[in-house]
Amino acid sequence: MIINHPLLGPRDAAEFVYLGDACMMDRPDWQAEDAMAQFVEYGYLRDNPAGEHQELWYHEQGDRSWLVITRNTLTHEISKVEMARDVARSRGRDK
Amino acid sequence: MRYSAFRIFKEGLTGNKGWKAAWREPDPKPEYDIIIIGGGGHGLSTAYYLSKEFGMRNVAVLEKGWLGSGNIGRNTTIIRSNYLLPGNQPFYEMSMKLWENLEQDTNYNSMVSQRSILNLFHSDAQRDAFVRRGNAMFLSGADAELADEAQLRRELPFLNFDNARFPIKGGLYQRRGGTARHDAVAWGYARGADSRGVDIIQNCEVTGIDIENGVCRGVQTTRGAIRARKVAMCVAGSSGRVAALAGMRLPIESHVLQAFVSEGLKPVLPGVITFGAGHFYVSQSDKGGLVFGGDIDGYNTYAQRGNLPVVEDVAEGGMAIMPMIGRARLLRSWGGVMDMSMDGTPFIDKTHIEGLYFNGGWCYGGFKATPASGYCYAHLLAKDEPHPVAAQMRLDRFMTGNLIDEKGQGNQPNLH
Repeated sequence: MIINHPLLGPRDAAEFVYLGDACMMDRPDWQAEDAMAQFVEYGYLRDNPAGEHQELWYHEQGDRSWLVITRNTLTHEISKVEMARDVARSRGRDK
Repeated sequence: MRYSAFRIFKEGLTGNKGWKAAWREPDPKPEYDIIIIGGGGHGLSTAYYLSKEFGMRNVAVLEKGWLGSGNIGRNTTIIRSNYLLPGNQPFYEMSMKLWENLEQDTNYNSMVSQRSILNLFHSDAQRDAFVRRGNAMFLSGADAELADEAQLRRELPFLNFDNARFPIKGGLYQRRGGTARHDAVAWGYARGADSRGVDIIQNCEVTGIDIENGVCRGVQTTRGAIRARKVAMCVAGSSGRVAALAGMRLPIESHVLQAFVSEGLKPVLPGVITFGAGHFYVSQSDKGGLVFGGDIDGYNTYAQRGNLPVVEDVAEGGMAIMPMIGRARLLRSWGGVMDMSMDGTPFIDKTHIEGLYFNGGWCYGGFKATPASGYCYAHLLAKDEPHPVAAQMRLDRFMTGNLIDEKGQGNQPNLH
């Protein structure tokens, strides 16, 4: 697979490390009433879709940036590559 | 029809005209006591033990493709019970005992071959870990044998003992481990279940699960609606997709695991050998091909094919312990979709929806578990209580903290 890095251009997927579903970016509030249930869901439960999947990749053998990649789990086709920082900001986070 | 040596002899003399299909092709009935979604190894063994051990005959197995088209036809056929923890080792030992009697039990030649499995170790720390594992195996009634370097040099002189980074210091044998003919396992169970009245319905995809007031009443399929008192999901690889039909999220990610076969060779490998430093396992099939595999590709996928970096990694693992493998040509490869659970251990449990049951999350280990998985799932479906050896394989174990974390790596999949 070739990952089209927004800053560096096309790179071999072997340079990257895969973390998993991009829902890992949305860490629950540890002070919430139901924090326990929320963290079990956050840590362990997954949508695991067959088709479009947003996921986190880390460019370990490159510029060490985190990316959010939209990839089709049936065909391996990558339709979108974004910097994780930009995705977090677009969701209202300050960093 | 019973298979026997006499039967083969008689058919040989009469032009082989008397052989019949091993199972029927029934149309679905409007209602069953139990519907099993998924006609793979585990679904078929569940149906077999439900009918044989628990007397349930009004059972249907729904398979979206043909029998043997899923993971039962996409693995490296290894059987073993060399696990560690009290939550899973007795389960795999029960499976091993069922394997040992499988062919007599089903009257079907599944080519179960106890040719031994050897896990190599490369350091003192790894030897200590394997001694502990061997002792855990003894506690469950399994067999284990620690072999030192001198013994292995005698028995397996072709291994690369003097590898600069990972010299082979010895290994842990399980002599009762080995291989079986994967699709014959499915066919044997299918024939056994069918002959006891179970309907095996192929080319019948489940498209919906009917839930009324929190109770599961049946399924929608490409061949119409079918009602049932109990619906049993058993679709490892596609668990996420099928559970989503019931509105469930699971502690599972689907990943692909590739496997490879070389051209046919004269007998070179006596048993199954695994590399303790990298991830590589190899055996030789009865047709002579070296069957081997390594790690999963490492990212979510439902595509039954992998990518090249893992092919390279597996080949490197093979060359590291067995340089002679480099002379063999690779004949074919395939990818199976693995249900990677979040602690590397499967689930056999009721769901929060009454009448809906779940079996999945087998990671790499589904094939060796086929008989015990079916037996324990059948026990759960027939009696509504878990079989003792599968009692800890619960869906809520991440909430209660009772993980069966064989590798002690926490909540990342990609284990085993």
